[in-house]
Amino acid sequence: MEKTFKKPQSLRDISTHYCPGCGHGIAHRLIAEVVDELEIRERVIGVAPVGCAVIAYDYWDFDCSEAAHGRALAVATGIKRVRPQNIIFTYQGDGDLAAIGTNETIHAANRGENVTVIFINNAIYGMTGGQMAPTTLLAQKTVTSPEGRQERLHGYPLKISEILASLRAVKYVERVSLDSPKEIIEAKKAVKLAFQNQIDNIGFSLVEILSPCPTYWDMSPKEAMDWIRDVMAKEFPLGRIK
Amino acid sequence: MTGNEAMAEGAIQAGCRFYAGYPITPQNEFTSYMAKRMPEVNGIFIQAESELAAINMVFGASAAGARAMTSSSSPGISLKQEGISYIAGAELPAVIVNVMRGGPGLGNIWPAQSDYFQATRPGHGDYHSIVLAPYSVQEAHEFMFLGFDLADKYRTPAIVLSDGMLGQMMEPLLVRSRELGVGREKLQTPNSLPVRQAGKLQTKSWALTGCKGREPNIVKSFYMLEGDLEKFNLTLQKKYKAICQKEQRYEGLFLDDAKIILVAYGTMARIAKSALHSLRKKGKKIGLIRPITLWPFPQKPFTQYSMPHTRYLVIEMSYGQMLEDVRLAVNGKSPIEFLGRSGGGIPAEEEIIDFVNRQ
Repeated sequence: MEKTFKKPQSLRDISTHYCPGCGHGIAHRLIAEVVDELEIRERVIGVAPVGCAVIAYDYWDFDCSEAAHGRALAVATGIKRVRPQNIIFTYQGDGDLAAIGTNETIHAANRGENVTVIFINNAIYGMTGGQMAPTTLLAQKTVTSPEGRQERLHGYPLKISEILASLRAVKYVERVSLDSPKEIIEAKKAVKLAFQNQIDNIGFSLVEILSPCPTYWDMSPKEAMDWIRDVMAKEFPLGRIK
Repeated sequence: MTGNEAMAEGAIQAGCRFYAGYPITPQNEFTSYMAKRMPEVNGIFIQAESELAAINMVFGASAAGARAMTSSSSPGISLKQEGISYIAGAELPAVIVNVMRGGPGLGNIWPAQSDYFQATRPGHGDYHSIVLAPYSVQEAHEFMFLGFDLADKYRTPAIVLSDGMLGQMMEPLLVRSRELGVGREKLQTPNSLPVRQAGKLQTKSWALTGCKGREPNIVKSFYMLEGDLEKFNLTLQKKYKAICQKEQRYEGLFLDDAKIILVAYGTMARIAKSALHSLRKKGKKIGLIRPITLWPFPQKPFTQYSMPHTRYLVIEMSYGQMLEDVRLAVNGKSPIEFLGRSGGGIPAEEEIIDFVNRQ
């Protein structure tokens, strides 16, 4: 009998440290599948963030670098400029990419660095225990917004993808979700295009992935998936932004 | 050439092919020189959006195997400290030039030596950067070679600690890159340079190049499992011990008969030298220790010359930072006096002479 569903070569065969129902595992796998399919495992270099995915390099089976919190796109810029023939991607959460690293994000995008950005938006700081993120929804309760996010005190959820799409040097921005098999297939298509763009020297490409964090949303894994579809995707509409 | 330009050219000739910087006075000649010069040698120049971005671009470029550097001045170096700690923790080589100015805060743009502490007692975690203190334009140029070679040899950040005076000052420069070119080409990576040079180059085995034909490389400073970080820190400490043993550098003048030994580095050492020669002419038994590596601090001359009848006079463009290392090195065996000014004030030759004559 032929094996039709296999572990991607770019993913190590070990268990992860992620919570049950977390989206990181799916996102890691999508990247690994895409790297395999594009046959770039031997020239891809990943940049892992500070956040829950801090040890993403333990799961991917290709060259990786860490980056200080928020600085992934500065590190990626350094690597890509030295090695333009390699394929460089960053994997960053909402706190990393859209709070502490907003400056690095906007300027790398504005320079039109030919890199791929996988942006995991789960509307929360997971690693540090569920604090309010720049993408936390209005009324969403977190340990640092115990009464729920209020626009008067905390402002509105930051739509960094829309901001980036307004920059001339940015070539591709799409928002996808992991809330169902159908959406996961769409997410993979977007991730693949974002890597293909880099291979084709098209320029800065970013995929924002709405991803569940049942632990700090205080939900079951299924409730978290439903919440993405019914609530989060209303604030962060899916589809191609640029 | 100005000291800033001489250092920038030194970096280029030492094989540096990646520079990222952010404007700040008094090091701006450095950045503009690199902007013009890097493309001529197929190198990369980036004006970063901040000092934070610049040092982290250097992190990436170094991880990818290139000789990489950044430069800044005191407040900008404060911002780079996070990145320097990561570079030390990830065991990456990099050179950081600090053209020191007055502080604290925004301070001013006059020369100062107030960053001795933040160079030798740097950011978070148990690490050290090698710190080189040039005192002439020629030395500033040549210490870029030394800085890159030491950084590569020990896989650690090297700081060239200059100041606004040395950065802005113009002096003739003798370019001796062929004589000084020790090891620099063979440490470059093949595909970051033109193909025609590739034959004589070697890859840094730990660099991120894509995992073709080998196990994946990971560049990181994160050790979460119990005991792992302690184990890693002990390997760092072993490395620092080796650096302390092998890399201490200083210049000593008239130490054998000196009753008073001046201790100064960088720009301050030039002024101290002038004072020394004036005082010697008048028959005073004066000597000079000029630390060249500030970390590792040169212990040897202090161990050798600290007697009850010798006195030290530490002179700095700060209110006593290197003074602490001199005290540790002298260890109570000789009395130590201090003369220091900062915030724009520089101890003049006459002040040093008066100070010595009052002793």
